Amino acid sequence: MSLTTPFNEAHHRFATVVAFCTFLLIIAGALVTSNDAGLAVPDWPTSFNHWPVTYGYFAVPLVGGIRWEHGHRIIAQFIGLLTIVLAVWTSKVDRRPWMRKLGWAALATVIAQGVLGGITVLHFLPPSVSSAHATLGQTFFCIVVALWLFTGRTWVQDPRMQLPTKRPSLPWLATASAACVYVQLILGAAFRHHGIKLLPHIISAAVVTFVLLWTVVRVLSEYALVEQLRRPALMLLTLLMVQLALGFGAWLTRVEWGREAPQPGMAMVYITVSHVAVGALLLATTVVLAIQAWRHVAIPTAERIPAGAAKPVAV
Amino acid sequence: MKIRSSVVLLVLAILGLLLLSACSKKEEQASNKAEVKQAPAAAPATPVDPATAATITGTVKYPGAAPKPVKIDMSQDPACKGGDNTVETLVVNKGNLENAFVYVKDGLGSRTFDTPKDPVTLDQKGCRYHPHVVGIMTGQTLKVINSDDTTHNIHPTPKDNREWNESQPPKAAAIEKTFAREEIMLPVKCNQHPWMKMYVNVVKSPYFAVTDKDGKYTLKGLPPGTYTIAVVHEKLGTATQQVTVGAKESKAADFTMKAAQ
Repeated sequence: MSLTTPFNEAHHRFATVVAFCTFLLIIAGALVTSNDAGLAVPDWPTSFNHWPVTYGYFAVPLVGGIRWEHGHRIIAQFIGLLTIVLAVWTSKVDRRPWMRKLGWAALATVIAQGVLGGITVLHFLPPSVSSAHATLGQTFFCIVVALWLFTGRTWVQDPRMQLPTKRPSLPWLATASAACVYVQLILGAAFRHHGIKLLPHIISAAVVTFVLLWTVVRVLSEYALVEQLRRPALMLLTLLMVQLALGFGAWLTRVEWGREAPQPGMAMVYITVSHVAVGALLLATTVVLAIQAWRHVAIPTAERIPAGAAKPVAV
Repeated sequence: MKIRSSVVLLVLAILGLLLLSACSKKEEQASNKAEVKQAPAAAPATPVDPATAATITGTVKYPGAAPKPVKIDMSQDPACKGGDNTVETLVVNKGNLENAFVYVKDGLGSRTFDTPKDPVTLDQKGCRYHPHVVGIMTGQTLKVINSDDTTHNIHPTPKDNREWNESQPPKAAAIEKTFAREEIMLPVKCNQHPWMKMYVNVVKSPYFAVTDKDGKYTLKGLPPGTYTIAVVHEKLGTATQQVTVGAKESKAADFTMKAAQ
């Protein structure tokens, strides 16, 4: 057992491929919902009564809603295979025990995600299960991005820094950012799958914007020279601006203009899918920032020691 | 060892979830069958004397100008091209409202009626449903056919009946279903072609009609009495009117719906 591992370029590149393909899978999933095609293939785990392994994947004409739902299933099964390879590879080449566990956790998550997708189809898309499917997909993306980060050269070879911070500490602030974005994604998914109204998502957007801006300002004002923190913070700022614009566009095209539409309009589909995709990138970026902050920023002692233990003790 | 036991636990959990999902599906199907079987066990039909039977006719009007028909884009499926491609949500011809469902909402008391043996046919043609609105009695068969060269899926989303979702490839056998409970404006949609929507109206009596392109309807064979006649439209909501008919009497009851917001 070791706490360190040598950099393995092929392994890291493969993790990069898995992360990129997972991002494509999130887009494919968003296309299913935006095109109202979640039930275009009514059965699961079979597709039109054929099991995936024996099924000629492209025997079905990819038209109408089948194109989105069946396409989503094909990409998801491919990601499942990639994740098996990544988990096995990680357990073989990575010496860090927690990394091996993370690899297996990714596999467990992608399997659970597939099962949730199946359950939601078999039960005609109940909002709670569909929202859980959407949320777990984002969680899986974050795990794969974390695997990508932990297998990277800078993570494996560069030493940890012990940067100072003030209260609230950057690690906790960045963690709060990731938590806020995660809650916002749950609310967005619940609205998209007809589980809740739009208002909680809008209120949460204001909170998320405030917390993310606070975090970005903290990083850029105090750690502007630390590349590991500055880069995700700048990306966070950019994505936040884009996401707010897309959120407004999604409201306009889906809620306002799309209310009476006979079918999902092209503008609505593009904007809502982009809103989901940028949301995934935003969450992954906050997770990366939080991880980097915990690695490189020293937490003030008072925050690290439980309150009771910090009291002076008579000797 | 820890990893191995975690993997075993995970596999067991997934199998459990799959089993749970399959079981609940079977339970649903079983309870659906039971529901359909129980439906005909109602009291025997109350006879209506044809010599005294009355008729209510009328026209359903839409106030104001006819809305401009909204176009549907069917380009996502080449098999869908060529047909009429305007939305049927609100069809108005010279002020007359088409596709409104008219039925006796109240006044029949405890009368019961035989379930017709003939099915109501719903055709999928040109990637549209024909007809757009149907009426059917509880327990009566809805026969769904596919006249298109593309696969459709038929997916009713009821509030009070069982939900189902079945795909139907070109030239496939007809799908036959029944509805156990009364339900007005039960939406049916196709998830392959999101513009395909229609409504099934499930009622307990045979006194119902769907307005034609002139907005006209006829309710025939009513026993003399006072009835609440309801007109329901997918976009315009409901309007009701009380009508009293005597033996052999024929009465007119016209409706004017509220304009769409």
